[in-house]
Formats: sequence, C-alpha cells, structure tokens
Amino acid sequence: MEQLEVLERKTETKLYCFHCGDECRDEIIHIDEKIFCCNGCKTVYEILNNSNLCNYYSIDQSPGITRKHYIKRNYDFLNDNDLKLKLIDFSNGQRTQLTLDIPQMHCSSCIWILENLYKLNHGIISSKVNFLQKKIFISYQEEKTSLKNIVELLDSIGYEPQLNLDDRKEEKNKNEYRSLYYKIGIAGFCFGNIMLLSFPEYLSIDVAGHEELKRIFAYLNIILSLPVFFYSANIYFISAWKGLKKKFINIDVPLALGIAVLFIRSIVEIVFMNGAGYLDSLSGLVFFLLIGKLFQNKTYETLNFERNYKSYFPIAVTIQKNKIETTIPVEKLQIGNRLIIRNNELIPADSILIKGNANIDYGFVTGESIPVNKVNGEVVYAGGKQIGSAIEVETIKDVSQSYLTQLWNNKAFRKDQEHEQESRIISFANTVSKYFTIIILALAVIAALIWHNNSTLAFNAFTAVLIVACPCALALSTPFALGNTLRIFGKNKFYLKNTFIIEKLAAVNSIVFDKTGTITENNSSSVEFIGEKLNDDEKTFIKSAVRNSTHPLSTAIFDSIDSKVIKIIDVYDELPGKGIYAVINGNEIKLGSKFFINENQEEDANDFSTKVFLSVNRKVKGYFNIANKYRGGLRETVSELERNYELALLSGDNEGEKEKLRNFFGTDNELHFRQSPQNKLDFILQLQENGKKVLMIGDGLNDAGALKQSDVGISVSDNTNNFSPACDGIMDSKSFYRLKDFIKFSNSSMKIIFSSFVLSLIYNLIGLGFAFTGMLSPLIAAILMPLSSITAVVFTTVTTNVLAKRRGLI
Amino acid sequence: MSVIVVLICASLLVATGFLIAYLWAVKHGQYDDKYTPSVRILFDDEKKSEDRNKKSVVKNNSDF
Repeated sequence: MEQLEVLERKTETKLYCFHCGDECRDEIIHIDEKIFCCNGCKTVYEILNNSNLCNYYSIDQSPGITRKHYIKRNYDFLNDNDLKLKLIDFSNGQRTQLTLDIPQMHCSSCIWILENLYKLNHGIISSKVNFLQKKIFISYQEEKTSLKNIVELLDSIGYEPQLNLDDRKEEKNKNEYRSLYYKIGIAGFCFGNIMLLSFPEYLSIDVAGHEELKRIFAYLNIILSLPVFFYSANIYFISAWKGLKKKFINIDVPLALGIAVLFIRSIVEIVFMNGAGYLDSLSGLVFFLLIGKLFQNKTYETLNFERNYKSYFPIAVTIQKNKIETTIPVEKLQIGNRLIIRNNELIPADSILIKGNANIDYGFVTGESIPVNKVNGEVVYAGGKQIGSAIEVETIKDVSQSYLTQLWNNKAFRKDQEHEQESRIISFANTVSKYFTIIILALAVIAALIWHNNSTLAFNAFTAVLIVACPCALALSTPFALGNTLRIFGKNKFYLKNTFIIEKLAAVNSIVFDKTGTITENNSSSVEFIGEKLNDDEKTFIKSAVRNSTHPLSTAIFDSIDSKVIKIIDVYDELPGKGIYAVINGNEIKLGSKFFINENQEEDANDFSTKVFLSVNRKVKGYFNIANKYRGGLRETVSELERNYELALLSGDNEGEKEKLRNFFGTDNELHFRQSPQNKLDFILQLQENGKKVLMIGDGLNDAGALKQSDVGISVSDNTNNFSPACDGIMDSKSFYRLKDFIKFSNSSMKIIFSSFVLSLIYNLIGLGFAFTGMLSPLIAAILMPLSSITAVVFTTVTTNVLAKRRGLI
Repeated sequence: MSVIVVLICASLLVATGFLIAYLWAVKHGQYDDKYTPSVRILFDDEKKSEDRNKKSVVKNNSDF
C-alpha cells in the first residue's frame, strides 16, 4: 500500500522530455532509461542514437524541438527541376551548394548536429552554420543524394527548412556591410597615421633646421588622406548629391560641405602656405561618422521585415492532371487546374470546391481560426487552410488576383523604393540641416566680407566657419541615440527595422489595434462550462472524446479539462460543421452546435459567441463557452495610451465580444467589426487623410495592407522567427504590455537628440568665435572637433541608458 | 634626421601590412558571422566526445 502511494507521488512530480525538455503531460515513452513526451521526439532520438550522434544531448540540455504537433510533409515537389534551380546556389552536375533557412536553430547543440549532417546522409560533403542568420550552407554530391533527401532529413530531425523563393536580395546587403567595414578600416588606418605625423605640430616641437622634415610629414599626410577623402567619405558625397538632386537638403549636405572644405583648405595650406592643414581632423571626423553609421546599422539578420503573401504560401502545390497526381511550383498554377489540398495545406488561389469534406480555417485572412464548413460547388478563398481529409478544388483565379492576394496590388505596396532611401527620410537631423546649411553659408560669407581687404584672411575665415560649423555632433548624436534605443528595444524583444522607425514612432498620434492574435492570445482561449456541474466520470468521457478531433474548439476543450485518465472509445463519429458523437463505457456523448444536440432548438442568429453544447445520454447538460483570452496588461496599456493618443480597434471577427471590448476601450474609441483586409487598409488611409500619424499593431496576413499603409506598422508575434507580414517592427507577444513604455521611450530618445544638438551648437559657437577672427589653428580644430564628437557620443549613450534604466527597460 | 624618415616609412609599411590583413579578413567573410565560430571551437573532437557522452548520460539520469 505504501509502495503504491510512493509510486503515485512519483508520477505526480513533473517529468521532462529528454529530447525537447517539455513537460510530459499526456503520454510518457520510456526507452534506454530516457523519457520522451511523444513519439516524434523518440524517433528523432533513435535516428541520432543510431548514428552515434548523442553528443547532441550533452552540449545543451534537452536541445530538441518538440514533435508533438508534427505533420509529415510531402517534399515531392523538390524533384521539380525549375524549382530546384531556384533553391540551390550553385551546381556543376556533381557537386551542389545550397543555402537553407532554418529558423528552429536555437542553441549550440543545433549548430553541432547541423554541422554533423554528413554522418546522417553520406551524400553530404559538408555543412556549415551561420547561427545569427539561422542559415545552413550545405554542399552535397548529386549522385549520392538529392535536394529532396536533404530537406527530408532536416525535417525528420526537427529542423524543417523554410523554403523561400524571393530571398535573393541579401547578397546585396552583405556587400554593403562589407564595404562599410572596408571604409572604416581604411579611415581608421589613415586617421591613426596622420595623427602620428601631426604630433610635432601638436606639441609645437621645434624642428628648426629640419624644415624639410615638416614638409615630408605634411605631404605624407596628403597621401594618407586621399583614400579617406575619395573612398571612405564618398557615401556622404553621394547621399548629399542624391538629396540635392531632389531639392532636399539632408544632414549629409552640410557634412559633405564640411569635409570638402577641410580637404581643400588643407591642400591649399600645405602646398601654397607651407602650413600643416587639418587632415587629422578630416580623417578623424570621417572615421567617427562611419563608426556611427555602423552602430546605427544594427540589423536583426534573422528577421525579415519585407515578406509578402508569397512567404506564407506553399512554394509548390499538388495538382491532378489526367488522373495523375504531380506537384508543380505555385507560380505555374493556372486557372482551371485541379488541385489537391491535404490536411493543414493552404489554398493558393480562389477556387471552387469539387470533392471532399472542406473545413476551411481562414485564420490568415480574417484572424478567426474556427474552421468554416463548405459544400461542393462553393468558392473557397486563397489563404484558407484545410483542416481534415484531403479535398479537391478547381482554381478560378490566378494566385495574384485572388481575394486575399490582390491586396498586394494596392498602391500601398508599390511605394517606390526610392521613397525609402536614406537621402529622403524626414528626420530631425535632416529637418535641422536645411536651416543649418543656409545659416552657416550666410555666416561664412559674412566672415569673408569682414576680411575683404585681405584675401588670404578672407579665405581663411570663410573656410574656418564652414569647418567648425560642420554638424558632426548632430550627425553623430542621431545614430548613437537611436542605435542605442534600437538595441534597448531589442533587449526587450521589440525589433525595429531601422533607426528611422524610432523617429516615426515618436511622431505618432493615433494607434490602431487588430483584435485576434494581437490583443488576444493566439493559442489559448478561456473555456467555461455553463450548466449542470459535471462529475469526474463525465469530464473523463468528454476529454477522451474530444481527444480524437483536430478541430480547434475540441483542442480548447481538451486543454481545459483537468483529468489524467483517458478512456477507450467504443464508437466515434465526427460530423463536420456539426459536432462529435462518441460512445464510451455505454455512455453516449454528443458535443457540438445547439441544433446538433437538440434538434428542436434553432440556432440563435444574434448570438455571436462561440458555444459548444454537450449532452450525455441524450440529456442536455449545458454548453462550453469559448472566449478569446486577452493579453495581460491590455487594460493598463489602453488606459495609459488613451490619454495621449486616439485609439481604434479593427477586427475581422463578428461583434461577439463587443461588450467585453468596450470594457477595455471605453466608449470614446472606435471599434469596427467584420473588417476585410481592404477595409483595414482604407481605415488607416482615412485617418492619414485627416492628418493623423498612425501606428498600426496587427499580426496576420489580414493586417498586411494596414501595416504597410500606416506610418509605423508593428506586427505582434508569439515566435519572432515565424513569418510576419511586411512591417516596420516585430514585437514579441510577451512584450505587448510594454507598448506604452516603448512609445514613451522613443519620445525620450528624440528629446535626447535635441539636447545633444543644443550642446553641439555651443561648441560650434565657440568655434565660430575663433573662425571669425581668422585664428582657427590646426591645433584648436584638432581639439575642438573630436571633443565635440566625443561629447555627443558619450552624452547620448549615457542618457539613453539612464532613461532606459529608469523606465525598467534594461 | 634622415633616420626618422626611414623609420616612418618602415612603420607605415608594417601598418599597411596589418591594414591589408584586415581587408583580407573582411573579404573572406570573417566579419560576416561573429558568433558561430565562437561556439564551433568549443566542440570536442570525435574520440573524446564519445567518452563525454557516456558520462553525461549518467548525469542526465540522476537529474530525473
């Protein structure tokens, strides 16, 4: 008896899967004295164990990816040659190189196993991982293995690659990154050496009798400054020129002016006046500016902010042609093709249902994840996901012309790339530099006029004003303040595309929320049973019955019932669109719609809430009320934001939860229901036409248009590695409650930039004092310019960190 | 004094060598991935790893 109790207590303590580390709740599988939560995890362990790859488990604890929800996919389409050519990098017929995205990799064990793939498939020559980009580079022998085999292998051990056809722009990004490294390296090298050669000048060391040494040093400086001026600094000239061509003065215009004047004046001084020039200041300035650019260019390599519907859609579909099933790339799909859509597959284009039992989940399109039942002859829309057995459909529209995808033909998605270019971005620095440039040019002319009697002095004063007034502190404070803010946000799992978004976020005055998936939690709903109290047996029966169904409502009920025992079912039948019928231990259980349970009762057309009725032995017991679960902190977030911002809610859903939402949003804010993706986009457009700067917070494809149209579009995601639609930022759903802090902090960052600008103006004024009197010596310039730059950098980084700490963001 | 000129030229040459080494490193992708190599270097060699694995199995069992 005592022993039995001990045993029972032992099962009470939580057991964790050896493979994935999840708690084993429903079933426990023992093998080799190890415990697994599901068959999938066990299978992966066996594969690895057979190849002596169990080191996988010793590098990190429980490194695996849970296989509970694993669905085996069909990769036959990878035999298609056109498709294969698009996926591989290079092939000479024998050796092929391939790059795959593997978003699941998360620890050192993953790196280890992925780099030891050759032990699992002998056709693989080598595999190399880039962890930060979550990419794997594989080279393999064509005769021993194939693309399909490799993808299947990766899938079987839990690293399903993300196959994507439109990811080719990264190569360009990489080159840009490298060229910045080159530029910094060269600028740094020249800066250091020029400083060294300028030391005699700084220390006023008397080189009397060795005049020629001074000359040699000065000419060496010129040689060293050439690559800085013509190579490292050229991005500023290019950007300034691009801006000017569009009649737009950006921050790079005064910078380029300052750099050019520094260079010309230095050459003139050295060659004609036997002077020392300001080449040290020039190269130092360029070096610091480039470092600022690198700091600002923080990118989240694994996140993709530019995805469109193509990333969601399968890259291949199964079609039936002359009664033979083949897979073709989705681009080759034509109107009138007969498609076969299996469980959990997406419908790629609007189609008519021909055969089968369609249960379509339009979660992507409407945000509503409860499947809709369709009968033969009805239209099923692109973006819907089939739940259940395979269906046959015939396409009636092209992929790009379908109900959901035509959203991407909207002009919001055609904003020309140039619009996004840095040279045109309306930022604080660019706005200021417009006035700044005009004022310093005017001052320089005045200074030249004061000394008009003496042409040398006039030239000196004119150039000196342009040199000291070079807004290097402003140009540095922006990247450092915003770059740091971007990093602080990143630490809080709020990832922005670039630093300009912070400025836009600070300017927002209207916030629009999506409902499903954004302010509600995705995979959990609150289930409440209303009716007669259920006894333990009945609970067990219900849990056993719903276990057999994949319908989301069944899963929700299954999760809500707290019973460890599962009974064997004698009779089970699932009637799509109606409910479940099961017989357990002679008890008849019926779960489903009101009409299904009791045929005398009509459905209440005005009741939009989700209810699942229950009868046991033909006696109606009551119903499960299934409601969305709102994210924690929603109430505080809304009430805080309400004070300063205009709020609105757009939902693709029905009005079922309107009353509940009024609780959160009060009576002043707009709530709109049954919004199509197009409606959402139009709503944002309308707000913008009324002069609002809109922040849109959404999640799925159905918000894609609104996210793109809005000034700042942020997508909320449970797993930031998952696909999210094109947006400016991705927020981990766990950080949702911090939204108000993020917005406030972006405001603070802008204030910091402003303060730093005032600070740099003071330096400029001191410098102008020297410049006007024509007394700007290379020594003063060499002290003043780095000093103001360093002050700007230190001031902005320190203040952003202090403020972030005060707000609890670090 | 000319010795200084010689010295400066020599130091510039050495510095240029380092600059070229840096540019070469960037070109060959050493700055593309700044994380994975740091993990990769810690993986044990094949023979050792089997011993370690045995040990860790024991350790893992005691955890449960």
